[in-house]
Amino acid sequence: MLKANIYVTLKDGVLDPQGEAVKKSLKVLDYGQVNQVRIGKFIEVWLEGKDQAAALKELEEMSDKLLANPVIEDYRVEIVEVY
Amino acid sequence: MKFGVVIFPGSNCDRDCYHVIKEVMKKPVEYIWHKENSVAAFDALILPGGFSYGDYLRTGAIARFSPLMSAVMDFAQAGGLVIGICNGFQILLEAGLLPGAMLRNSSLKFICQPVFLKTQRNDTPFTNKFKSGQVLKIPVAHGEGNYYCDPRTLQKMKDKGQILFSYCSAEGEDTMEYNPNGSLANIAGIMNEKGNVLGMMPHPERCSEEILGGRDGFNIFASMINWLEGVGE
Repeated sequence: MLKANIYVTLKDGVLDPQGEAVKKSLKVLDYGQVNQVRIGKFIEVWLEGKDQAAALKELEEMSDKLLANPVIEDYRVEIVEVY
Repeated sequence: MKFGVVIFPGSNCDRDCYHVIKEVMKKPVEYIWHKENSVAAFDALILPGGFSYGDYLRTGAIARFSPLMSAVMDFAQAGGLVIGICNGFQILLEAGLLPGAMLRNSSLKFICQPVFLKTQRNDTPFTNKFKSGQVLKIPVAHGEGNYYCDPRTLQKMKDKGQILFSYCSAEGEDTMEYNPNGSLANIAGIMNEKGNVLGMMPHPERCSEEILGGRDGFNIFASMINWLEGVGE
């Protein structure tokens, strides 16, 4: 079995209202040094198999189809464990 | 002529749409469960509002892969009339039947209020009963209606006249001041290039009868019927 971490982030230039709200809140908490906050998604996937190259290809396909929306998001896939 | 109202798990405006077509427009209408795989019996499809699949992952992202959606996509590509309202619009975006994507409202608040819309064109299957530039008062109810697309796509949509409704003042002034959710170019509703698929965030089915405080939504359905009967354009 394999475990992968998938990081889904908003593309540059896409506004992030949540990140803006969190930034403001951090400022209120006196973290004045914070310039920008962007919020994305962290997805963990466990899947059958040992072949890392094949799994990576599948995970990228899953990300393109469903896990990320290519209009607004980028993603990065990492295989982090092989059982 | 028969309308179909698609039901996804979590749709909650399906009955309102069905009611408007059946009782107000007096036209045949049937529900279509998302597990079915044909829309052959229908002339127009309504993808209603709601929270399909609990808005998990992204609004519309999971519903877009419902078995029925491949039939909806074939139907749309063949020129069939499809209107997606609110969550239905979000599903059409995720399915790629319309360009762009939805972001969280810039205020981060769920907004539920009447808004004014400017009708940008009146030569389409969805707006042929309106006057050009007509201002409509139709309610919105969404947390993710902040429309986004890249600048090239926006320009292309402007050039092709795909923006059908934009948020505006009661007088029809469509400036940022009257934009409830941060939507790019005040976009409230867009069509595909061919002009047979409309996605809009406001809910015309919630204002098609006087008893509901207004009937500005009525003519969207009436336009579709007009078009299907070969009267429009």
